[in-house]
Amino acid sequence: MSDKPRVVVGMSGGVDSSVTAALLVKEGYDVTGVMLRLWSEAGSEKFNRCCTPDSMAQARRVAAGLGIPFYVADVKSQFRERVVESFLKGYAENITPNPCLVCNKTIRWGFLLDYALSLGAEYFSTGHYAQIARGASGLFELRRGADSRKDQSYVLSVLSQEQLSHTLLPLGSFTKPAVRQMARDNGLEVAEKADSQDLCFLAGEDYRPFLQRYIPEVSQPGPILDSQGKHLGEHQGLAFYTIGQRKGLGFSSSEPYFVINKRLEENTLIVGVKGDLGRSELYAGGATWISGSAPVDAFQALVKIRYRAEDAPAKVTPLSDGRFRVNFEQPKRDITAGQAVVIYQDELCLGGGIIE
Amino acid sequence: METSTKIYMDYAATTPVDAKVLAAMTPYFSSFYGNPSSIHVFGQVAESALENARQVVAEAIHARADEIFFTSGGTESDNLALRGVALAMRKKTGADHLLVSPVEHPAVSRTARQLAEDFGFTVENLPVDHTGQVDPGEVAARIRTNTALVSVIYANNEIGTINPVAQIGAICRQQGIPFHTDAVQAAAYLTIDVQAACIDLLSLGSHKFYGPKGVGVLYVRKGTPIQPIQTGGSQENGLRSGTQNIPYIVGLAEALRLTQAEATQRAVRLVPMRDRLIGEILEVIDDSRLTGHPVQRLPNHASFVFNGVDGNALITLLDAAGFACSSGSACKTGNPQPSEVLTSIGFEPSWALGSLRVTLGCDTIPAHVDNLLKVLPGMVSRGRRMVSHGKQVYPTGDKPQ
Repeated sequence: MSDKPRVVVGMSGGVDSSVTAALLVKEGYDVTGVMLRLWSEAGSEKFNRCCTPDSMAQARRVAAGLGIPFYVADVKSQFRERVVESFLKGYAENITPNPCLVCNKTIRWGFLLDYALSLGAEYFSTGHYAQIARGASGLFELRRGADSRKDQSYVLSVLSQEQLSHTLLPLGSFTKPAVRQMARDNGLEVAEKADSQDLCFLAGEDYRPFLQRYIPEVSQPGPILDSQGKHLGEHQGLAFYTIGQRKGLGFSSSEPYFVINKRLEENTLIVGVKGDLGRSELYAGGATWISGSAPVDAFQALVKIRYRAEDAPAKVTPLSDGRFRVNFEQPKRDITAGQAVVIYQDELCLGGGIIE
Repeated sequence: METSTKIYMDYAATTPVDAKVLAAMTPYFSSFYGNPSSIHVFGQVAESALENARQVVAEAIHARADEIFFTSGGTESDNLALRGVALAMRKKTGADHLLVSPVEHPAVSRTARQLAEDFGFTVENLPVDHTGQVDPGEVAARIRTNTALVSVIYANNEIGTINPVAQIGAICRQQGIPFHTDAVQAAAYLTIDVQAACIDLLSLGSHKFYGPKGVGVLYVRKGTPIQPIQTGGSQENGLRSGTQNIPYIVGLAEALRLTQAEATQRAVRLVPMRDRLIGEILEVIDDSRLTGHPVQRLPNHASFVFNGVDGNALITLLDAAGFACSSGSACKTGNPQPSEVLTSIGFEPSWALGSLRVTLGCDTIPAHVDNLLKVLPGMVSRGRRMVSHGKQVYPTGDKPQ
């Protein structure tokens, strides 16, 4: 029996979660592995990148090799109701949602954290590249992962103090190559497994045919106009374009055009040249602040408007009703409604919201 | 993984090998390793052990030695009984109707389904009451002139209900229809008499009664039409080819001999613990039901459903707390489907998905039952909360603004 507390590791059969489990075992925790059975469209279960039978067998072997118990928790219906539904709803409402944040908030740090606590665990752990520390004030802080190319604090910006207090992120202080090396050193067969990409429930498919099946109304072709109303071409369905997109517009022109707006009512895609595009202000709602309380005054910060975006210096002004305003020093051309805007001060993640 | 601090309460899944059984098996791995089909002395020693085991098994169930066929386990025995008899009967008499209960182990029900889908047989399900018991009168009413086989499980693995096999056997005998019963669970606690119960075919699996895994028996009454489903070197009188697994067969025979000799005293020890478990769970836990028959059930078997609980989550919680139990819809891949047995006795999915099976055995003591009863009510509540988790409302982040 181990004298350290019990920790439940969310395992996927991939290298990151496998090394997470191995590190915690090495540190002497009483580790239990849990894999989530997520939703896939009927017929494509074998390809869901998070929970194929192959991944499950792999995670089971890793757990057996580490000598830890391993269970599979069924969250198909919760995942379908909360994550997939909000993904489809977002596209139907002409925004570009980020389902991973919803999953983290409601499934991983909702259902699975509760499941872990029910199993008698004190902590829940994942292979995310981010760091949690207890600050001088006694509050938990979320910091960027040491590997700036892999940092995943963006998708954890929705976590509360309560959730952070039960979370261990052992990979936060390592780089990805170091993690792969640890996997090799521990003889984990998953050491060379490719990083996962894309959305798990698309099962490796492009998101467009998926949307066509579920929300055909936003997958109807329509006109592409410039801001003066000049007809430039035909689009394939508004859901398939994002703000700021340049490639794949399907008409030729002397200068590059970008998507600047999508008008749902008229099923019209509005494009413009570079000068038309940038915006230096955005509003966000549904704010989550890591500290648990919204800041009172406006402050300077570094802001990310997508998972893979560069930091942008900006002023953040808290508003009422869980909203805030961001004013960028330089105009941004890919501000996209539905994506998360996440706020940093240096390495510290302060929280975020959903772009309106 | 540490198992020494855990409490095992899943004896219907499998049992530990009895030390006496293991001792009987050991010489046949490396000392007396001959092939029983060989002419030489090595072979003769093995053959003698094999035939001795056959005799022991025959005596234990009141059969003749030449009616005992060794297989790789209960599943193979069920497959051989159904496919072997169905095909032989059709060849002999043209019979193509199978009468089976809806509470069979999948080794029977899926074999019957394949005989229907791929071999053109008609499979008719016998009705069962809400305890999962077959009414012998229904068997009498449904037997046709073209019935090839009747198959009714002796005692069900999920719900523990014991069927009136002797009455069913008598009806089949009267009509001249072969009667098969899967006694894989029953053999551990019920004395088996194939003569008194008019049984023509009976399946056994050794690991359910403290013998090794991977070995079983099919009893086939002399004169029952049956053909092999595995062909080769004509071992087991041509019905089941393949070199016999002598150490395992020796183990099976010793385990069955001990079990049948001690069946009553084993049952007497376990029944009070079983009944305490059933009584207290039904009293203390809201929305709980016993599954299966309240009295005519296996002496070591307690099975329940809890409305609105994910059975697999409950098993996981129990395991993390040190209790190894199982659920009717046992499935390690976290993809629960309501069990066909629970559905066939009338449980809605919200009940059927919340099943728990606790089966007692040689190492169970009253303190284990006490300890389980202490933690179970809280775990059922937590299991209910998990099921309702998806329906909670999360205020932010999930809704496009």
